[in-house]
Amino acid sequence: MSIEIKNISKTFGSFTALKDISLKIENGELISLLGPSGSGKTTLLRVIAGMESPDPNPDSQVLFFGEDVARRPVGDRKVGFVFQHYALFKHMSVFENIAFGLRVRPRSQRPAESAIRDKVHSLLNLIQLEGFGNRFPKQLSGGQRQRVALARALAIEPQVLLLDEPFGALDAKVRKGLRDWLRSLHDELNTTTILVTHDQEEALEVSDRVVVMNQAKIEQVGAPDDVFHHPASEFVIDFLGNVNVFHGRVNQGQPVLENIQVGGSSETIPDSEKANVYVRPNDISIDRTPTGKSNMAATVTRINRAGVQAKISLELSSKEEIRVDVSMEQLQELHLQLGDSVFVHPNKARVFVPDFTI
Amino acid sequence: MSVNAKDLQKGRNDPLWVRTTVISISVAFVALMLVLPLGVIFYEAFRKGLSAYLKAFQDRNAVRAITMTCLAAGIAVPLNLVFGIAASWAIAKFDFRGKGLLIALIDLPFAISPVISGLIYILVFGMQGWFGKWLEAHGIQIIFAVPGIILATIFVTFPFVARELIPLMQEQGSEEEWAAISLGANGWQTFWRVTLPNIKWGVLYGVLLCNARAMGEFGAVSVVSSNIRGGTNTLPLHIDALYNDYNSVAAFAMASILALLGVVTLVGKSLLERKLEQESISSLESKTTEVS
Repeated sequence: MSIEIKNISKTFGSFTALKDISLKIENGELISLLGPSGSGKTTLLRVIAGMESPDPNPDSQVLFFGEDVARRPVGDRKVGFVFQHYALFKHMSVFENIAFGLRVRPRSQRPAESAIRDKVHSLLNLIQLEGFGNRFPKQLSGGQRQRVALARALAIEPQVLLLDEPFGALDAKVRKGLRDWLRSLHDELNTTTILVTHDQEEALEVSDRVVVMNQAKIEQVGAPDDVFHHPASEFVIDFLGNVNVFHGRVNQGQPVLENIQVGGSSETIPDSEKANVYVRPNDISIDRTPTGKSNMAATVTRINRAGVQAKISLELSSKEEIRVDVSMEQLQELHLQLGDSVFVHPNKARVFVPDFTI
Repeated sequence: MSVNAKDLQKGRNDPLWVRTTVISISVAFVALMLVLPLGVIFYEAFRKGLSAYLKAFQDRNAVRAITMTCLAAGIAVPLNLVFGIAASWAIAKFDFRGKGLLIALIDLPFAISPVISGLIYILVFGMQGWFGKWLEAHGIQIIFAVPGIILATIFVTFPFVARELIPLMQEQGSEEEWAAISLGANGWQTFWRVTLPNIKWGVLYGVLLCNARAMGEFGAVSVVSSNIRGGTNTLPLHIDALYNDYNSVAAFAMASILALLGVVTLVGKSLLERKLEQESISSLESKTTEVS
């Protein structure tokens, strides 16, 4: 189902949770609302679900398939909502939890008992928890509980699936497994899914598109590789993964740090005395001796070999701390030791000039 | 578990004489101040034999007093149950202006003396009170009559259910209710199928305490009842009257009913406390991070 949000604002007392948000979500899309806590992502999800009503404004609209649902109560929106803390009904068995949405229907629309049983069993099958129907939520692990919560939401055949940090309370390994499972489930069911998360890795991995939010506003909307490689703002580049920030300037359209030119910036930037230069840890090269390019002298302060890439911390002559990721082979070739003096060179940078961002 | 083990360890480290002294003091105090008087009630009640004990219940005034007490509790407890659930629902699940004031007001009957509670009803509904003239003109008597006793009982037992439920419902939050609503349940279904099962032990606990207080209330009821024997006397007032007449066997026989009520309440309370603990543990458990 396509969902369109137009000019939505939401304030709680003096706190602004959403500020004039507009967003269009395509039918069948899996979209992530990504941002730090307090960025408004959960409020936006709850507005879509109908659990919060937006501030009154004649221009604001929430459209499901082009139809305004602003006045429609939660129960009539046919949304499947999954909560971070599962919100399973503690006193009901897994079976009854999943059957709940069918049992509370008005008598005329309620399926027969046998149909309810078939539906619940097929959902138990879908979440790979056959034979768990008689258990109670407290007898399940966190990952199992969240799968039951998802099955419960799917029982009402929702037009859209809304997930509020569904894996936030789970440990890393279970989270990763469930994430992949969610993606394949989404493709299989062909629903529209909106996922709220503060985990950038999660958002970049499962989504068709990512909506990066900060301070009640949308910073950027785009495909995962688009937001990662072409961040629209300093916030986005900073939020999506590790990044080194240098304070430099722009000269003849090129960023300059400590009198060295940094390559890789293809856009034309107006000259400026002040610029923030962002370089990802794997866009910096380390050399034993100064190369032809201009380099910055640095000292190795820490080497972390745990991982696919080695993470190296260095201190520049300006006392700034930077992080560089190199492959294990490179680390071997360089014979790096703690305290070694080396030369670093940023290969690719993103430049943001205060009051003028490109 | 680890906390308990630590506490146990701590206790073991104290010297024997400290432990014995502390335990003896508590046991002696409880025996002297609580168990002994309770025993005296039953001893005095049965002092002249079982027939004298039973005879006390055949008195017309005694029967009336017991009926009055049951009537007052029978009306006050359900009303306070409905109010208590409504108030705690409102406080725990919604944000509104004046919430703090409502919470404070619910506690008011705990804070003021029951005698004052009785007096304020006389000032409002009594002959010289605000509505006295109007009520008299319409032939309605509240003070020195059954309605006054019921009103006074409602007032003093007002906080019990709400006080018990507010923290429980606040701890449980409203996510389960939202889940039910998003699945298409209406407000009524959400209440009966989701909210009430989650708070049932807390409700019972509150009702139990509320009932014990409703049946045992003396001060507030005494002020509005004017002690008409066989009329507006409740059980506690009847006991007082009998005792003042030096009819101690009858007084203690009546008192034994209230004492029994107290014991039953105590046992019920301990059983419910265990259930309640499970209720809040499971709500906490579902919120903590799971490692699986």
